[in-house]
Parts: sequence; structure tokens; C-alpha cells
Amino acid sequence: MAGKAVLTGTHFMNGDEACCEGALAAGCRFFGGYPITPATEVAERMSKRLPQVGGVFIQMEDEIASMAAILGASWGGRKSMTSTSGPGFSLMMENIGLGLCTETPCVICNVQRAGPSTGLPTLVGQGDMMQARWGSHGPYEIIALCPASPQEMFDFTIRAFNLSEQFRLPVLIMADEVVGHMNERVVIPPADQIEVIDRAKPSVSPAEYLPYRPGPDGVAPMANFGDGYFMHVTGLTHDQRGYPTMTPAAQVEMTERIVGKIRNNLDRILDYETLLLDDAQVAVVAYGISARSARGAVLAAREAGLKAGLVKLNVAWPFPEQFIRELSHQVKCMIMPEINLGQMVLELERLAQGRCAVRLVAHPGGTIISPRRIVEAIGQALKERP
Amino acid sequence: MTTAPAAALARHPHDDLLRTERIPHIWCSGCGIGIVFGSLMAAITKSGLPRQDVAVVSGIGCTGRMAGYIRLDSFHTTHGRAIPFATGLQLARPQGKVIVASGDGDLLAIGGNHFIHAARRNMDLTIICVNNFNYGMTGGQLAPSTPYGAKTTTTPQGNPDEPFNFCALAAACGASYVARWTALHIRRLTNTILEAIHHRGFSFVEVVAPCPTAFGRRNKIRGALDLLRFYYDRSVVKNHIAPGEATIDFDHHLVVGKFVELDRPTFLDHYQMVNRGQVEAWPATGVDASAAGQRKAG
Repeated sequence: MAGKAVLTGTHFMNGDEACCEGALAAGCRFFGGYPITPATEVAERMSKRLPQVGGVFIQMEDEIASMAAILGASWGGRKSMTSTSGPGFSLMMENIGLGLCTETPCVICNVQRAGPSTGLPTLVGQGDMMQARWGSHGPYEIIALCPASPQEMFDFTIRAFNLSEQFRLPVLIMADEVVGHMNERVVIPPADQIEVIDRAKPSVSPAEYLPYRPGPDGVAPMANFGDGYFMHVTGLTHDQRGYPTMTPAAQVEMTERIVGKIRNNLDRILDYETLLLDDAQVAVVAYGISARSARGAVLAAREAGLKAGLVKLNVAWPFPEQFIRELSHQVKCMIMPEINLGQMVLELERLAQGRCAVRLVAHPGGTIISPRRIVEAIGQALKERP
Repeated sequence: MTTAPAAALARHPHDDLLRTERIPHIWCSGCGIGIVFGSLMAAITKSGLPRQDVAVVSGIGCTGRMAGYIRLDSFHTTHGRAIPFATGLQLARPQGKVIVASGDGDLLAIGGNHFIHAARRNMDLTIICVNNFNYGMTGGQLAPSTPYGAKTTTTPQGNPDEPFNFCALAAACGASYVARWTALHIRRLTNTILEAIHHRGFSFVEVVAPCPTAFGRRNKIRGALDLLRFYYDRSVVKNHIAPGEATIDFDHHLVVGKFVELDRPTFLDHYQMVNRGQVEAWPATGVDASAAGQRKAG
């Protein structure tokens, strides 16, 4: 496979490996990382593959350094990524904030394991979902994708790079141990059938360039180190010149813009799939590996004559608020199965505002949620009085 | 502020390297960082490198603000993380020269782990460390360089910690260029920074600099010039001395000079060699693969 960035063909590989191949197909040419179960296979494959395509792999001294290095590499003009799991994800939080504040495109794949702390290193969890949204300090919006299969690890990693380049921010792939470690068929299309988006470059002269002057979609074109634009990049609150500006007015302008470029472009970011939802009285809303449990449960419930439907969240952040709000008018109950003790279910509760019931099917980690438990929850929900 | 006569506002020789619209800077009067900044700009000018090929990366703290005043691609990152950020930047664009400007606390307390590993890898970076023996930005707290017994706001009875010898540490970790001057050795400092910029590999320049506002004031040396003199008068030049003997001992000598200058491959050199198959597998000698296989089979 020497020299080929896109391994067109049909493969049998695990989710971590598919993530690596998706990254290379999207143009990733720098990886800085640190070993951690169950994400290590992403780094291992990257260490072999990147030199074959002219890229650089470096194993850094920790996850803080890994996150800093991929930000630096991105400003050096290379698409860059890292992969990690819970403890490493915690260490990355401050520099994820630096990436958000400086609007630096890059991708972080978190193959979630059960926590808190060291937890169950080899076993599945989905307990980092709220950390993904709020883990770094200060106001911001984030994009987080939730693959449910090795094929989606490949596809969503490409999309993660495209979104990061389009909207200039660190994009999270919130995978989990089961998706990372399961082996399945992965179809890699020909390179010319893969959409690859690159960051917009400045079209004005260095004298006219304002590094943080937004374009029409709220995103500023980005110069790289060496392009001759002599930009200043800081994690301090800054103005359009990129200069530190210690005023409440500058804080309002900067944060409203980095939040606004996500909130005002939801139609280009949100992604969810539905199944049997049209006449459903109960909607199971799920993401990642739990969406596969949910799919099995919805099909089983339908066989038993229960009117259940599925919403599979391919993008968990930003959350599809408008869609869930409308759904809460239609159904009697929304059920969220997730491998934590209740995180994304809070979003359903917030948006339902009491219009329909909201139920959590939870497991704190170590195993996936059995479809049987979700079917029981569907049956229970339909028995409850409105 | 007093208004200077128009004649006094003639251009400074480094104006083309300064973001003059950001002046006045935040540094206190008597601070040594401005001297080091001047030497850095002079060295960049002398280096003849195309401006777009030089980047300055800093972390947080008074010295970290250098990146905000220099008219180059410049990056003001998180506290302690300038080196790993610079590592990514340099590896992504190896034809560029990446300079890290950092204070003692930023570089060797919170950032200490990154420092030792970048030195070990001989990452092609130039590190300028302004050592003012305390955390100035936050008002004068204990740093890993604070002398034993010195007073800071978090060691009001005196520092119980032993300080690091940064140059010895850098050399022990594998830095291929190591030097130290005080902020009053201006010409030698400028020449050293110029050498460090041209050096391939991890080059480390420590500059002992006065912080009269936060450090000197609490240690009975209030005047900026007095503090400059205090360091300069104790300094003794010992080039190529064993780095472990390049001590900072205020009762005797503050050893300055160039301690290490080695030509050895950088991280990227090694990376390219192993990827081309030019590096012999480890261990090179002492193992008979076929014999080992037989033992296993037996």
C-alpha cells in the first residue's frame, strides 16, 4: 500500500484503522499522539502510513503536547489530527480551547472508554459527551461526530476534516471502544469520488489582510506560516487584526463570532438519520454504538406491533434542536439509550419542555446496551398514561 | 506620558520588525526582556533569513508577550506549551525557522516536560529563555529558577526549593547548542542568538535578566541598574566548560558563555533516515537471530 493516500477498494478493518484511512483520504499529513487504549490503533496505523504519503508522525510526550503539536502543524499548513481516549481527552481540554479561540482547523478522535478516571481502559463508554461540549473553559460551540461503525469511522473522519477546514475549528470524532475495535467491511471509494475541502486562503495582499475579518459565512480566510502575511495568533481575546484587546466589547465580538459561525450554519453541519419515524409514538434517539442497539430495538418493537421509530445522531454537537423540538410535538415519548448515567438525554429534556415524556436507558460503561432493554422501555412508554 | 520632541521620534533600527502599532508594550521600566527582544531582532536581521521563513512562538508570561510585538508570523499559545506547538509548526514546514521565546516559569515549570523531550529529540528549534528568577506577570511568585532563600510572594519567608540549572538540564537532555549570558552582555548575547538561529537542532540560550519590579524589590535590590550590575558583576565567562559546572551561584560566580555546540542529526533527519531504511535495526550486534529462533523452537 506504499504511496497511496486513498486505499480504494473493499477492506475488512477495525474502526480505529478506518479512522486513520479516512484521515489520509481527507488530506491529513501530520499526526501527533500518545498511546492510550482503545485509541492506540489509530496512532499505530498512522505511524506506518504517514511516511508513505509524505506526512509526519510523531509520538509526543503526553496528550497536552499532542494537542499543541497538531495546532502548530495546522498553522504550518498541514491538515493534522490526534487520537485519544478519556484521560487523554481531559488533558487536551486547554489546548482544544486554544484551537477554538485561534480558529485552528484540526481533528481529534476520542475513542471513548468507561470512566471516570482510569475507569475501564479496554471497555466501552460514552461518558465524554458533555465534556466534548463544555470541557474547555469559556463560551464556544464545538462540532462532534458520532460514528457507529468502521465504515462511518472512515466517512465521518473525512467529514470531520472538511468541517474543520470549512469552519476553522477543532472537530471531534466521538467514537467508542466497540466501534474502534470491531472489524467490519469498509468500502473506500476512488479518490476522485471523495469530497475534500481545504481552508480558504486570503485573497488580499498582506497589507490589507485582517486575520480575523470574517467572510460571508462568518469564517475568516486563513494564512499559514510562511505565506508572508505576518499574522499574530493568540489565545487572548483579540480583534480582527489578531491583536490582544482587553475589553468587554472585543470579548463580545470575538465570542459571538466563533459561536455564530456554528449556530448560523447549522444547515451545513447537522446530520441525523431517521427510521420508521413517520407514525411513531415513541422515538428512540441515539448516537454511536448505542444507535445500533436502538436500531435493533426499534425493528423488534415494530415486529411486536409497537409504533417505535429511530433518530440516529451522526452529529451530536451542535444538537439538532429544531428537529427534536418538533419531534416532541409528535411523539408520546423520546428514549435516549447511552453508555453513561445520563448526558445527551438532558438535551432531549431541555427541548421537550414537558410536551412529551423523556426516558433514559443507561449503562455506566463496560458493555453496550442490549436492544432488549430499549424494547422494554418502548413498551413501558406506550403503557404510560399521557 | 511626556511628549517627546519630533526629532526624538526618528525610526528605531528595528521598527520594521516591530508591530509599532502595538507600542507601548506592557513591560515594566527596568525589565530585562526589552534588551533580549532587541538582541533577538538584531540577530534575526543579521541572519539574512527571509522574514516569511521565521516564526516566533511563545507561551504565557512577560517574555511570552514578545510574540505579540514582533512583525513575523507569531504565535502566543497556552502556558508552558510553546515548545510542542513549535514542534508541530516546525515539522509541518521544515524549511522555516521557529524560535521559541519563553520565561523561566513557562519553559521549565509547567513546560518542563516538553523542554526535556524536545532537547532529547534535538528538535530543530531555537529556544530563548529569559530567566528573571520569578513569575513576573502574576506579581512575583516562586519559579523553578528562584534562588534558595530568595523571597517571592509565595515564599515570603524565603525559598525552600533548590533551583534548576537550566543549561545543565538542557545539555543533559541532549540539546546540541547551549549558552548563557546576562542581559548586560548585549553584543555577546546578540551573536549567540544569531549562532543559535543558524544552528541545526535544539539550541538553548538562557539570559539572566532583571525583574526589579517583582523580584528585586522583595530582595533588597530595587534599582534596575543595580540588579543588572548585580548579575553582571558576578558573571564569569567560561566557554565550553562542562555544563554541570556552569552554575549560578550568587555567592561566587554566575557562569556565562557557550557550553555546548554539537553537530548531530535533528528529529527530522532521524525520521527521514529510518523511513528510508537507512538505520540498522536494534540491536546491531550481539544477537544471532537464527540461534534465537532455534532456542525458541527447542
